[in-house]
Amino acid sequence: MMLKALQLEPEKCTGCLQCEMACSYENEGLFNPSKSRIKVFTFHDEGRFAPYTCSQCAEAWCMHACPVEAIVINEATGAKDVLEDVCVGCKVCTIACPFGTVNYNADTGKVIKCDLCGGEPACADACPTEAITYVDAEHTGLERMRAHAAQTIPAN
Amino acid sequence: MAWQRRILRVNLDAGTCTEEPLNMEWAMQYIGQRGLATKYLVEEIDPKVDALSPGNKLIMATGPLTGTMASTGGRYSVITKSPLTGAVACSNSGGFIGAEIKHAGWDMIIFEGRAPQPVYLYLENDHAELVPADDIWGKSVWETDEILHAKYQDPLIRIACVGRAAEQGCLYSAIVNDLHRAAGRSGVGTVMASKQLKAVVVRGTKGVSGVRDAKAFFKATSEGKRTLAENAVTGEGLPKMGTQVLMNVINEVGAMPTRNMREVQFEGASKISAEAMHEPRESDGKPNLVTNGACFGCTIACGRISTIDPQHYTVQDKPEYKHASGGLEYEAAWALGSDTGVDDLDALTYANFLCNEDGMDPISFGATVAAAMELYDIGAITTEHTGGLEMKFGSAEALTRAAELVATGEGFGRDLALGSKRLCEKYGHPDLSMTVKGQEFPAYDPRGIQGMGLAYATSNRGACHLRGYTVSSEIMGVPVKTDPLTTDGKAELVKAFQDATAAVDSTGLCVFTTFAWTLEDIAPQVDAACEGGWSPETMLAAGERIWNLERKFNLDAGLTKADDNLPKRLLKDAAKTGPAKGMVNNLDVMLPEYYQLRGWNTDGVPTPETLARLGL
Repeated sequence: MMLKALQLEPEKCTGCLQCEMACSYENEGLFNPSKSRIKVFTFHDEGRFAPYTCSQCAEAWCMHACPVEAIVINEATGAKDVLEDVCVGCKVCTIACPFGTVNYNADTGKVIKCDLCGGEPACADACPTEAITYVDAEHTGLERMRAHAAQTIPAN
Repeated sequence: MAWQRRILRVNLDAGTCTEEPLNMEWAMQYIGQRGLATKYLVEEIDPKVDALSPGNKLIMATGPLTGTMASTGGRYSVITKSPLTGAVACSNSGGFIGAEIKHAGWDMIIFEGRAPQPVYLYLENDHAELVPADDIWGKSVWETDEILHAKYQDPLIRIACVGRAAEQGCLYSAIVNDLHRAAGRSGVGTVMASKQLKAVVVRGTKGVSGVRDAKAFFKATSEGKRTLAENAVTGEGLPKMGTQVLMNVINEVGAMPTRNMREVQFEGASKISAEAMHEPRESDGKPNLVTNGACFGCTIACGRISTIDPQHYTVQDKPEYKHASGGLEYEAAWALGSDTGVDDLDALTYANFLCNEDGMDPISFGATVAAAMELYDIGAITTEHTGGLEMKFGSAEALTRAAELVATGEGFGRDLALGSKRLCEKYGHPDLSMTVKGQEFPAYDPRGIQGMGLAYATSNRGACHLRGYTVSSEIMGVPVKTDPLTTDGKAELVKAFQDATAAVDSTGLCVFTTFAWTLEDIAPQVDAACEGGWSPETMLAAGERIWNLERKFNLDAGLTKADDNLPKRLLKDAAKTGPAKGMVNNLDVMLPEYYQLRGWNTDGVPTPETLARLGL
């Protein structure tokens, strides 16, 4: 089966936080942006919004850093999943991740990160502007390529 | 259920913060937010109390859908007695603080008394404390936001605060949250400052859990979002153009109040319109509009994020205004522009920035400047009064300087801070004040849109478009098209809009959804989230109950039928141009019919039967 990935297009984001609520509801059972694995950042003075979450590195720093092998590859989705039963909450993965997308949840004493909701990411489903989509992992740049390709053809 | 069932009561005299349970019996009758907080206010204060005395209370209230995934479910309101109108005030704001209060575990915060020295409230989930505000008193909204974020080293705190205008007693001061969203009208910020309460800082990590029927909730909210996306206004017009989409439309129908409502069409409208905000400017090739932005949970995203032309006179040597911030909404663009005769888009954007920066309601501010310009025009105000400022209609310099003076409470700014009614009374021409119950008009001339005349005259918070927006029907044909130039059926239309809007406000949703949604779309979302068996019928009944409760408060406060009126200009001076040329507003035809439909006597007082029917 084709591997898919989250495609984030900040220029389409309005900062509404529907993704954060969808994520927290899917994973924690309540509407609570503070427990979301995806975050929307507002750059107020520039008038920009940007959603950001784990990009599921192939050679994931978090996975390699984990001393108890609590972070494993989900063969179906390619996501790096946290095994809650195994995680000891040491937070080494949060230090190892260069992007800051693995974080500690004080309520459970474990770390949380995006697991692509097992292949049906709730954030992508909730996004009203298609700033977050779930597409072929080998073609996350396809739409941008299409836009530039269009400019290489003289207008009729 | 979607209520948190908890109220935070902050006694500013004693410096205490205490928790109490939400009165669920009242929640079943008044839903939340506007309705429920009004019930608390009515029960707790003397309606005749001086609005700026410690005896007044100020309530920040969320609705049951605030903080949920329902589209636009991020609203909160500030409910208090208004110093501008002497009537009930309820000012609604978006942004993010409403959801944050809810996520911290609270439905409402009730502030009572007056702090012995300036304080702010810091609220982090169950932890609430009053903190001395010496470091932020005297600072603008923007400075306060920056200082508090730096102090707490927490980018995720949300802040609502008052600016210098409120501290100086400006009667139309707003409470600004998230830098440029505001509980804007009726001087709720003035009340907050009178309590020596500078800011409310909130961090909530508890979230909203336990919607009554999660499956039904996701079904109803998803269907609702689809409807918003597919609707031409909420799916296309508002995200692209913002509320400013109305500027050219309303001008064409001849309902654009111009130069203190002397005229009904503005020759400069196209220069300050949504279309103009999209036009690249000469200096840097960029348009005024940077992007659109959403409030919490909103899938419409009508908010404007703008920049001022870096070459414009207003921002020379002022780098602090050269970044992007909240841009012009239609009401602001009208009040700052058409009503003053100023067609300089960048001057309007600058004045709007100042209104956000120091917490002034841009409608009341712009309309007060317009009144001052007319007083200047007829010679009742001279440069002796203004400190040399030439308050000429159409003068961008007069507008932007006036904004600076009101923001800081200097010179002629102190007169302008009184609002249009008191300014015109002071200078001997009360008839030139375009107000109802002391509150300035918004951007629809009731000579060209008859129903709005009745909506303004009977609005419980003074002249206002958001208490019964019959423009939807009379101009846009939502939910059905009616003729803007006739009074036929308008009493019924106004009542229906007023009652439905009171219900929608009380849920925590945004009234802009009603371009696409009716109560048929909203009730299933509320019902899935909340106990109480909510249907369009029970919601409408709650709306009518809320309306009458507000009315009763106003009557008890001393307002009478005489306050359900319009300025003479709109009743006697005919529109000079456009489709409504030759027309005045025929309030006298609509008002008796409206009273009758409401079940009020000829003095506008709800009859005992009506009160009994509504459980009041």
